[in-house]
Amino acid sequence: MSARTASFRSAGAVVAVLLSVFALVWILFIARGTSFGPAIHDRKDFLITLLNGLTAAGLYFVVASGFTLIFGLMRVVNMAHGAFFLLGGYIALKLQRHWVGEGGSYGLQSSQVNMRNWIIPALIAAIIVGFVGLSMQQVFLRWNQGQELRQALITIAIAIILADQMLAHFGGVAEDIAWPGKLDTFWNLRVAGVQYTTTRLFILGVAVAVGLGLWLWLKKTRTGMVIRAGVDDRQMVSALGINIQLTFAIAFFIGSALAGLGGVMGGSFASLAPGVDSNWLLNSLIVVIIGGMGSLAGAAVGALLLGLVTNFASAYLPSDYTYYSIIFTFVLLAIVLAVRPLGLFGRPA
Amino acid sequence: MTQRSLIERVVGAAILVVALIAPLLFNTYWVSALLTQMLLLGIVAASLIFLSAYGGMVSFAQVAIYGIAGFVFGNVVTNGNTKGLNLGWSPWLGVLLAIGIATLVGVLFGALASRSFGIYFLMITLTFGVIANLFFGQVTDFSGFGGISGIPAPGLIGRVDAHPNRLYYVALGTSIVVFLLLKYVVRTPFGLSLQGVRDDPVRMSSLGYNVTLHRTLAFGFAAFVAALGGVLFVWWNGHIDPASIDLSAMIDVLVIAVIGGLYRVEAAWLGAFVFVVLNNYSQRISFVGPRFHTLIGLVFLAIVLVSPNGLIGLWERFLDLVASGRSRGGPAEPIAEIPAGSDA
Repeated sequence: MSARTASFRSAGAVVAVLLSVFALVWILFIARGTSFGPAIHDRKDFLITLLNGLTAAGLYFVVASGFTLIFGLMRVVNMAHGAFFLLGGYIALKLQRHWVGEGGSYGLQSSQVNMRNWIIPALIAAIIVGFVGLSMQQVFLRWNQGQELRQALITIAIAIILADQMLAHFGGVAEDIAWPGKLDTFWNLRVAGVQYTTTRLFILGVAVAVGLGLWLWLKKTRTGMVIRAGVDDRQMVSALGINIQLTFAIAFFIGSALAGLGGVMGGSFASLAPGVDSNWLLNSLIVVIIGGMGSLAGAAVGALLLGLVTNFASAYLPSDYTYYSIIFTFVLLAIVLAVRPLGLFGRPA
Repeated sequence: MTQRSLIERVVGAAILVVALIAPLLFNTYWVSALLTQMLLLGIVAASLIFLSAYGGMVSFAQVAIYGIAGFVFGNVVTNGNTKGLNLGWSPWLGVLLAIGIATLVGVLFGALASRSFGIYFLMITLTFGVIANLFFGQVTDFSGFGGISGIPAPGLIGRVDAHPNRLYYVALGTSIVVFLLLKYVVRTPFGLSLQGVRDDPVRMSSLGYNVTLHRTLAFGFAAFVAALGGVLFVWWNGHIDPASIDLSAMIDVLVIAVIGGLYRVEAAWLGAFVFVVLNNYSQRISFVGPRFHTLIGLVFLAIVLVSPNGLIGLWERFLDLVASGRSRGGPAEPIAEIPAGSDA
């Protein structure tokens, strides 16, 4: 089997390299029939697409890092992660509307919102979602440790109930959280005359901060050390007299809170509506399948690949075919699975 | 024959007789709306249970395959007045293409996912399913958001509202054929080695069996079964849109399989029956009203927590009480013991 697997892999790797080279040449020099044309002629739109990809990757990373943290330590596939995302968004939305009001006839505008009225709802939403996740883990998952499929099914049941209850309480109309007025501006990058939305750069900044924070936490603190040890060998860690259940609880709290925080940013950047939860569950799954489940670096790389591929595919396909861009998400996934079934940074369990 | 299997055979025969004379026993609404839907959902769930019970693969992609069959049929047979290609070809050619293309996509999905095991397999097939859903939502050449309407069933079956019993019997016949086919396949040498792969992929691999190929072929075969359900679905519904195969539809089929029981093929139709009846009657319960999905979520949660082997597991426990407590010699292991996360 190994010879066959090896040939399968090298074929996949060759396809991956050829496709990337072709994509690069196409974007830089050819790009026939696209709205922007080749990047050497239109640096501005190329740069904007690149930034769109990077900032989208930031949001993917924030949400998926929570997913991969929980999975890496506990082998729990939290199918309610998308529902947690949506719940976080709705909580922040309701808090902001409660404090600032419903706004004028056009709804709440960013000019009516100051920094505090965005950050405090965001933090409260993240903490509440963290506790929701923690209680789900304590009530339903803790005593099923090791039964991966059963735990996944339990979180699916919770996701169904949460999604339906959110539809009942928050309605089916798409709504969005207002950015603070200070952020809702354009930033002059002084490169190729690009004016870029500050909010997207803010998302990217938060993502980098979350990534750094998680990295420092996992590398430098005692809890982080226990988590890294637990990812490798849970039984050994608990045999050494460490309270692994407490570590599980902390990881589940942080992982769910990251989904909630992602929901607040996603709800400000785009909007909140039924169905958003399944899109974000999909995004998190793709990021961790590409990057390798349980790996923080893998989540970062997976988020970058997904963000860049989706944005460049929809911008640089010929205009008549832009709606085929979803195919590229599948191709990305297919190539990674063909070359590395456990993801780029994945290790056998 | 043990007492247990005697009881099971008598009950099975009774259910079959009731199903055969159902149009005499139930009103048209029950036959055309509930029982036909139960049968076609049961076929899709049966393909999932086959993969889970005999291949150790819990798949989310069955609904995508069923949707692909439905969309292909719709594109091929419709003639103007709707989205899609509107090829206007013969419905039997449509059936052939629908099942052929859906099976091929199934083989492709299977080839990509089959080197992953347990919970990874579940996640990968979930992403395939959601991507298929988004594909049909975005690509207006084949469907677009509104979907394909006015899909006719072949003339032999006719319009469902005019001849409700014809489609019911076709669905019943297909269900019986699918059930017997699945029962047969698991007894063939291929089915037996598939079960070996389920139990210990490493050992099977060192015995010289191609693990990946077995799992890919099993996935392709299950895709064929799911495609049958998809064709019946568009005949029954006359319409298919991306919402027919979205995440909640995928979860619905998984719920059906789990409520029934993930380790016996019969459980698919049992789960589908409970699901369809709950779906239909929960609207009338005042405190449930439109909150059907909360109710089904709670039922699902209760089943997973209390009886991981589903209703068929409860039934077997009941049989154990009635008959002398001989240990069950079933072909598959209960869900709680499916090895997950192991890697070849």
